[in-house]
Amino acid sequence: MKIKNILITFVSAIALLFSTSVVSFAKVVGDKIILGAAISLTGKYSSNGVHTQNGYNMAVDRINSMGGVKVGGKTYKFDIIYYDDESNPKRAAQLAERLISQDKVEFMLGPYSSGLTKAIAPVTEKYGVPMVEANGASRSLFTKGYKYLFAVLAPANLYLDVAIRTAVELNGGKGVRIAQAFEQDAFSQDVRLGILDAAKETGSEIIIDDKLPKELNDMAATLVKVKQMKPDVLVVSGHTKGALTAIRQISEMKVDVPMLAMTHCDAAKLSKQHGKNSQYALCASQWHKTLTYKDDYFKDGMTYAADFEKEFGYDPPYQSAESSAALLVFKDAFERANTFDQKKVRDALAATNMQTFYGNIKFAPGGQNVDKPMVLFQVMCDDAGKCENKVVAPLKWASAELIHPVPKWSER
Amino acid sequence: MDFLVFQYPMITIQACLDGLLLGILFALIAYGMALQWGVMNIINIAQGDLVILGGYIAYFMYLYGIHPAWGVIVSPIIMYFVGIAIYKLVINKVVDRDLFISILATFGISILFMQLMNFAFGADVVLANSGYGTTMLFDNNVVLPNSKIFSAFISIVFAICLVVYMKRSKLGRAIRATAQNARAAKILGVDTEKVYAATFGINAALCGVAGALISITFTIHPYMGLPYTIRSFMIVIVAGLGNLPGVAMSGMGLGIFEEFADYILGTEFRIGSVFLLLVLILVYRRFKLSRKREYLK
Repeated sequence: MKIKNILITFVSAIALLFSTSVVSFAKVVGDKIILGAAISLTGKYSSNGVHTQNGYNMAVDRINSMGGVKVGGKTYKFDIIYYDDESNPKRAAQLAERLISQDKVEFMLGPYSSGLTKAIAPVTEKYGVPMVEANGASRSLFTKGYKYLFAVLAPANLYLDVAIRTAVELNGGKGVRIAQAFEQDAFSQDVRLGILDAAKETGSEIIIDDKLPKELNDMAATLVKVKQMKPDVLVVSGHTKGALTAIRQISEMKVDVPMLAMTHCDAAKLSKQHGKNSQYALCASQWHKTLTYKDDYFKDGMTYAADFEKEFGYDPPYQSAESSAALLVFKDAFERANTFDQKKVRDALAATNMQTFYGNIKFAPGGQNVDKPMVLFQVMCDDAGKCENKVVAPLKWASAELIHPVPKWSER
Repeated sequence: MDFLVFQYPMITIQACLDGLLLGILFALIAYGMALQWGVMNIINIAQGDLVILGGYIAYFMYLYGIHPAWGVIVSPIIMYFVGIAIYKLVINKVVDRDLFISILATFGISILFMQLMNFAFGADVVLANSGYGTTMLFDNNVVLPNSKIFSAFISIVFAICLVVYMKRSKLGRAIRATAQNARAAKILGVDTEKVYAATFGINAALCGVAGALISITFTIHPYMGLPYTIRSFMIVIVAGLGNLPGVAMSGMGLGIFEEFADYILGTEFRIGSVFLLLVLILVYRRFKLSRKREYLK
């Protein structure tokens, strides 16, 4: 009996050893470069998590089918190991740990959202694993001195900076009166800091400064204040629920404000869910398909959007576009480094200076992309009630002229 | 701290009316909770998730081009059967056990529902547009979205119907008898198993109505259920079981309290203030109870 037990233990130990050695990947297996990513496939970020994953997959397929990555005279193909982080920061950090120490992944792609990126960054930093992320814009990610974190997107504090400056410009260079309502999360608070900076520089005054809760679905109180105090600009940032709640209640309460600027309009499918009520809202976006940046893999924004739609059946939100761009950055860095040494790849990433269909990419020492401005689009509807997002600022890419001030509800 | 709400009388009126309309809706959800708590001695943590599920039914009707207001008819019918199913699968196994077991069970149902809704409907925030317009009062200084008025009106209609049903119908009387004394009712020939199932179904149906109304007035999202559970729990605790006027009053009181907390402390403390109030009331009740116990000794 005892011998049998010992035998079973022995056999299973060997089996275990085998199974792990088969499962564990090195950074490069055969002709494959294996990247790791923890993505929110379930939980509250799952829709944006899927956008992120689709963006990654699209770029992997495209790069592989167009010749792969050439390092040291050999051609490699990308492959990604995904884990579901359940939209939970603790889980994301565990999974990063697992990807690096068990799966032996040596290069990482970012998760969705600033919060999860914040949870993963200390882990990748500890192991010296270069991570290119595309969905964490919080400023605090770039002030910690991380050396292995690179973000292809513009930091959160720049999201609505353009809106304030445009309002001031339209006001003849004089400061404006700003009302703002921001959710209590890392991202929105960074957007708020950006507004505070812009207000200070332009001599604008902040007359309402409200904070919104995580469970936000009613902001009537803020809007009543806006009605009474009549600011020149109303700024709202609270992810999709903030955008949807704001438009619903602004239209129901007939709040007249000359400029309404928000974040997450396209993620909220604002023009689809609210139709004409969302008209004239200004939205900050990392990317829009009509921008004219170009690269060899996806050509330009319009082609990317068409290809993406063909593959996944919907118009790509910017979350997908920036995720695709992250792969292009990795490819470029591998080829310039011409090795898989993590330190050298990291240095190559730091020296990135390229254009992709998503925008120019050049990293500041903190890791944020400083070469790509935010764009601002405005929801514009025709008489039939069909609404579209049109880029109105910066002027270089504007496809329509900004409508300002927003017409009063009584005149619509 | 911001006392704007007291400086402009119009804002005070606005806050009161908003709170009142909201409170009536809360009271409807709380009434369902009070009913099944009273009858089955179960605190249903999944109450808010049933509300959200009801909201999704109205939302899908809206997606398919049916006016979401019809949701207040369709949603309770579907939710009634969902309620019965939950009862048959889970609740009937915990109904005679102690309160802790049933709280755990309904907490489990709550988590399951959240994940299932997230899986089935996605994590996006959605809403149904009623296109009801707005009522302006006092020279356009006070605005009331008609959807809020509609919600309050429908809530009152359903509450009245339910009270009449409880008083007049055979099942209603059986439910009340079971609430008073389950054993005695059983001896007298009431099929308590059936009564329990019906009670849970009625509660789910009320949640369905409330959910449909919330999808018209606010937004819905798979993870937004808990605040509704907490609110109804709190309303029931203040009002006591089997006290419908009490539930209505405490619902409206909570609505107004929330609005004022929103104006004075800021929107970020809106839900927080409800939690705080809940703690204060529980502590107060405990003191009161412990005094009573001493007196009885």
